[in-house]
Amino acid sequence: MARIIIPTPLRKFTSNQANFEAEGKTVSEAILALTTSYGNLKQHLVDDEGKLRSFVRVYLGDEDINVLQKEATPIEKDSIISIIPAIAGGIA
Amino acid sequence: MAELIIEQEVLAVMEQDAINAFPNECCGFFFGKEEGESRLVLEVLPVENTKEGDQRRRFKIEPESYMRAERHALSRGLDLLGIYHSHPLHPAIPSEHDRSQAMPWFSYIILSVEENAIVDLTSWQLNNSREFEKETIKQL
Repeated sequence: MARIIIPTPLRKFTSNQANFEAEGKTVSEAILALTTSYGNLKQHLVDDEGKLRSFVRVYLGDEDINVLQKEATPIEKDSIISIIPAIAGGIA
Repeated sequence: MAELIIEQEVLAVMEQDAINAFPNECCGFFFGKEEGESRLVLEVLPVENTKEGDQRRRFKIEPESYMRAERHALSRGLDLLGIYHSHPLHPAIPSEHDRSQAMPWFSYIILSVEENAIVDLTSWQLNNSREFEKETIKQL
């Protein structure tokens, strides 16, 4: 199973688990497995249409899935998927 | 109300970063321990503001910097507690942009800065309605 690494601010929604073993053939399926197991996490990761929120980035290994096949990127049993908050802000 | 307790040396690094970056916004991570409603801030890691365009009003941290911060926390046995950034010539109050981009659980420290001086310092955390609530700050 692929391993999803949960960032610190979202671990309160995963019972403090930093890792999640996910079934699935794509990044999208793995994320769905995660949000199915931890329902309260869903609103922070995906919108009402199931698309990843703009401030959430997902990496497969060291590569941003946006330069691969986005959510449809295939994963392997030993894949490591990192969820990374896009950190930004400012006065305006 | 949650409480943030910051070591003086850590605060000094944040303040100097805000002054050095002026008139642009600075940004970085901080680390420590959470005990109940209190968070003890023990370490700070300034990072590059990579926002393209007007850095006097916006900041951005690269995903690679974020991953380094998570690894740093792990290696030090600390929690990645949050993000700090500066508001040059503006109050230390989070903007709508700050709120819309914020993650739950993290503390968001904002330093209001003028040339060569820190004017104000606040910290904020999202509640379950995704509204910011102010945290109290104590200096060690």
